[in-house]
Amino acid sequence: MSMTMSQKILAAHAQVDEVRPGQLIMADLDLVLGNDITSPVAIKEFAKFGIDSVFDKSKIALVPDHFTPNKDIKAAHQCKMLREFASDMEIENYFEIGQMGIEHALLPEQGLVDAGDLIIGADSHTCTYGALGAFSTGVGSTDMAAAMATGKAWFKVPSALRFNLTGKFSPWVSGKDLILHIIGMIGVDGALYKSMEFTGVGVSSLTIDDRFTVCNMAIEAGAKNGIFPVDEVALAYLADHCKRKPVVFQADADAEYDHTYEIDLSKLRPTVSFPHLPDNTRTIDEVGEVKIDQVVIGSCTNGRISDLRVAAKILDGKKVDPRVRTIVFPATQEIYLQAMDEGLLRIFVKAGAVVSTPTCGPCLGGHMGILAEGERAVATTNRNFVGRMGHVESEVYLASPAVAAASALTGYISNPETIEEN
Amino acid sequence: MNAKGKAFRYGDNVDTDVIIPARYLNTSDAKELASHCMEDIDGTFVKNVQQGDLIVAERNFGCGSSREHAPLAIKTAGVSCVIAASFARIFYRNSINIGLPILECPEAVQGIDSGDIVSVEFSTGTITNETTGKSWAAEPFPPFIQEMIAADGLINYLRKGVQA
Ligand code: SF4
Repeated sequence: MSMTMSQKILAAHAQVDEVRPGQLIMADLDLVLGNDITSPVAIKEFAKFGIDSVFDKSKIALVPDHFTPNKDIKAAHQCKMLREFASDMEIENYFEIGQMGIEHALLPEQGLVDAGDLIIGADSHTCTYGALGAFSTGVGSTDMAAAMATGKAWFKVPSALRFNLTGKFSPWVSGKDLILHIIGMIGVDGALYKSMEFTGVGVSSLTIDDRFTVCNMAIEAGAKNGIFPVDEVALAYLADHCKRKPVVFQADADAEYDHTYEIDLSKLRPTVSFPHLPDNTRTIDEVGEVKIDQVVIGSCTNGRISDLRVAAKILDGKKVDPRVRTIVFPATQEIYLQAMDEGLLRIFVKAGAVVSTPTCGPCLGGHMGILAEGERAVATTNRNFVGRMGHVESEVYLASPAVAAASALTGYISNPETIEEN
Repeated sequence: MNAKGKAFRYGDNVDTDVIIPARYLNTSDAKELASHCMEDIDGTFVKNVQQGDLIVAERNFGCGSSREHAPLAIKTAGVSCVIAASFARIFYRNSINIGLPILECPEAVQGIDSGDIVSVEFSTGTITNETTGKSWAAEPFPPFIQEMIAADGLINYLRKGVQA
């Protein structure tokens, strides 16, 4: 039987020749991830096994990124649990503040993700690593606990939707606009239980950062995973970051998809998700006048160096609207350093933005940029649910770094095409 | 195992941020989480819910984050079963893994109003609206998942496997 790319990775890790959609399998994992919110629950569950070691201390990553640097005493306690567990179990990939970055930007950067890997993480955006041709998906803390003990997880084999890409983005359009467009088209449960597989001649024009952004938000369409073919762009990234040899899986030419969507990248417009669901999208041309109080540029969706470069290009030599609090949070220490070396941080500070340490912080309404009642933010994050960034009566508009930066300058949701470059 | 109680009725896309807002995730204490359950969508839920009550919702219940705190808060608040037209997949998985019974049955959801008394027979998947007398058959769990629920969640299921 023919298989999709995702199905092939699952079959290989379950040590079977083929899998069918709907089949339940147990599969071997290459990496298990947890953060400071989900790991404490997993650590308590892990204790129930009554064993004194994890299945493989090199295949677990613990990243205290959500409420760090510790936002309060309770958060400090959760991080302490993580730190002590990592030390007791001799976990090799524990990232203390100073090395820590937002998990989904950090793990690929640190070379922990390889093409062909099967990865679970107790964080829904674990689907990000599909950009490198891995099968990766979010699970809960109990799954994480079981995986740390056994190195395995159960999966229901997904069917797939195919997104066949052609053409190239126009200026100021990026991976964020592509994935917002797709979610707007298929809805927040449009890919429920399924894989989203991206194919076509348009793939080669997407940067690796575009692909991370696209796969990151697969979960916002309800998908189990998002995945890109492993082409030269992905191999070049892997060669720079990962010491292991990539294992390249390809979908069979006659693989079955529940549906194929054709997307011409050149037709896409900068796109914004209105409150309170990511599928509530409008193109920039349909936005109208939306006054804003805050702009947030960063997160596991858009906190990478290319995102900061785009924002800096728009903000260079200008001032943000004095009524707009503009918060930039680079996703990892390495990105922070690179932004410093390239002079981007100077541009942000000169423009009147603040630059935060790497943290999830404002993205989930944790700390470092909470919204008050009635306030509106444009954010390059991935969720605009009720109360996501603060008060239940606040609003989050999801957009690309280009739209966010342009909006910071004007105080209204703005089209980056209308901003004159210095 | 059966469930019987009052239905709390919600719409499409009830997300994990409204089930348990992130501002309360600096703890993993189940009772504390339960005291904020559904706070951002229904401020009176915690006050009114009683042991055994059910949540009945439309499509894509539990979408959003992977926080197991969401099904945990619901279970600890006393909810005996969640019935929805469909569930987000991580929430579905987490519920099974922690032993919160959940059933997919769009027809039943259409036939249940807030405040109706609803009973569920888990062995057969039969859902009955005791207030109106109507009943529906939900798809039973596949055997693999039934075994996991019988073992009271994933951890016990695996521990049995390890010992066998
Ligand atoms: S940046 Fe936001 S979406 Fe990404 S892992 Fe952190 S909280 Fe989750």
